[in-house]
Amino acid sequence: MSRPGTRPFGAGAVTTARAVLRTRSGRLGAALSSLIVVAALVSLVWTPYDPTKVSTEDSWAPMSGRHWLGADRLGRDLFSQLLAGAQVTLFVAVGATALAAVVGLALALLATVTSRPVGEGVAHLLDVLIAFPPLLIALVLAAVYPGRAWTILVALGLGLGVQVARVTRGEIRRVLASDYVLAARAAGAGTWRIIRRHLLPNITPTLYIQLSLMAGIVVLTEAALSYLGLGTPSPRPSWGRSLHELQPYLTLRPLVLLWPGLAVVLTVLGFNLLGDGLREAADPRLRYPARATPGPATLAAATPGGPPAGSGPVDPELAVADPVPPGPATPAPVTLADAFVSETRGPKTLDSTTLDSTALGAKRLGPLDVFDE
Amino acid sequence: MALILLRRFGLLALSLLVASVLVFLLLRLLPGDVAQVIAGTRATPEQVERIRHELGVDRPLAEQYLSWLGGVLRGDFGTSALNGVSVSGQLGEKLTVTLPLVAGASLLAVLVGVPLGILAGSRHRSPAGHALSVAGQLGIAVPSFWVGLMLTTLVAVQWRLLPAGGFPRDGWADPAAAVRSLVLPVVTLALLQGAVLLRFARSATLEVLHADYIRTARAKGLTEGRALLRHGARNAALPVLSVLGLEFASLLLGAVVIENVFTLPGLGQMLIADVGNRDLVKVQGTVLLVTVAVLVIGFLVDLGHRLLDPRLREAR
Repeated sequence: MSRPGTRPFGAGAVTTARAVLRTRSGRLGAALSSLIVVAALVSLVWTPYDPTKVSTEDSWAPMSGRHWLGADRLGRDLFSQLLAGAQVTLFVAVGATALAAVVGLALALLATVTSRPVGEGVAHLLDVLIAFPPLLIALVLAAVYPGRAWTILVALGLGLGVQVARVTRGEIRRVLASDYVLAARAAGAGTWRIIRRHLLPNITPTLYIQLSLMAGIVVLTEAALSYLGLGTPSPRPSWGRSLHELQPYLTLRPLVLLWPGLAVVLTVLGFNLLGDGLREAADPRLRYPARATPGPATLAAATPGGPPAGSGPVDPELAVADPVPPGPATPAPVTLADAFVSETRGPKTLDSTTLDSTALGAKRLGPLDVFDE
Repeated sequence: MALILLRRFGLLALSLLVASVLVFLLLRLLPGDVAQVIAGTRATPEQVERIRHELGVDRPLAEQYLSWLGGVLRGDFGTSALNGVSVSGQLGEKLTVTLPLVAGASLLAVLVGVPLGILAGSRHRSPAGHALSVAGQLGIAVPSFWVGLMLTTLVAVQWRLLPAGGFPRDGWADPAAAVRSLVLPVVTLALLQGAVLLRFARSATLEVLHADYIRTARAKGLTEGRALLRHGARNAALPVLSVLGLEFASLLLGAVVIENVFTLPGLGQMLIADVGNRDLVKVQGTVLLVTVAVLVIGFLVDLGHRLLDPRLREAR
């Protein structure tokens, strides 16, 4: 059962993961992201060569069985460097994203559930802080405390935290205005209880979507800063710095510059696709296909004009521009359209397990789904 | 409407003030002493102290802030602590490179990204629509500086069509040379921005495509194309406009990185050099300029929204 607000916080993680893996972008994103995680983990215990080992006879070794991607001018194995470079990237990406989540959630809560003057003050402050681009903060801090992945992590985490706060604030406002929060209040629930039981479970989908996109931004920014020479210091492999070091040989060996860039692209793509998968999975019509509410079927959504406003899947970008809820906060009632399609195309039995898959089938059929990717 | 405008303007002024305080404080909190840098490592403490006094960094914070702000309001950003050159003059000089770069890139991005996005949205089931959507997905995942490097290899090194980097020493004295050296950076920057715009325009189109009012317009007898043009364009323009505003900041920052790829003597290159030298006054000026630009653009986007959407004119 998924009556909104009664599921304990975090209980939906497995359901969400499954729903994400059901989408094509989700699968691809999960595969790419795990590839990077595996690369980073493997490189901790094994790389074909020591990525920092200099050997003059291997200078500019071509791609071969010995050096899968060749070697750089100092004879360092490029494949080993690529594997080990995933460590820094992942460390900064995960750390900064987690920090952004904590900071963003805290600020958003401050701006909404506190007293009015405090909340408005924080809200206005957020509007000003958003004018400081994270890369600018990171740039200034990285130049002052050079050569530390931590600097970039903290600067990006704080900068992106402000952006998370802005979107989350809108989400929280929407949830707080809902009937079930009003009902909980009437039943005597305190602020903390409402936050824990009603607010957090209902804003996590948007939060996850945002965070996966932020992780992509962090990876790109970290690469850019390392490229500018403001990232991790020299012996430690890093994709951005590899590009910086290889740039002078651009004309002679354009191929070696391909790999670190490709690694960055695949990582960012992985995180972004994971975000897309989350977005599709957060679409309530997909997540709780028929079991959501045994309640009345509504005619409103049966029109071929697409999903009812507010419950439709929302592009993460649109969510940033104008926070509209994509979350399961309002699990869509079984619509007549859903029932129709699944009845006509699927098996005739309408128990919940078969409806689960048939409604998914209905999703692929078309008329309802105008947003599919 | 006038009242709303006034209110919004007051908010902008307040934001600018807060931003100026934050910029000032952020840079005071940084360790490192410009006086030490100027005096060199072998200076006696007395010498350093004298330089600190001359620079005025030994005065109380509030006093420093007010005198700096007073100058900024008159268009005087102070003088560089390192070489005594007027910061405003240098900012203006660097802007002659950065501004055309950013403006050119955003223009190109809009001209290419938006139509392609609309196409991808309205043909979202066709192979072309799919290809465009994949291209957009890839475009936002690619590091801009890497694209710059690859473009340089191809266009400047292999085909020798354009210069690989740099900017004419005498600036815009020879416009053709200046434009030529800006082509690659502009294209690189626009590629990234165009991908973002493509994605937004696509999802905005999809959203509009199945809206009730389009169906109504079709029922009244308008063709699909006319219905979209007459009724869809305005609605789809709203989120795209928002993105343009939001993306302006990343465009400016993207310029910082791109300028370093193509060794363009712009704002970004100067900023990185100044931060390294602890030239606080100049960093302060640059950061403030960027922040103010972002805030003002946000204000203009908000106004644009109200012009496009009559529903917002009544709202606060």
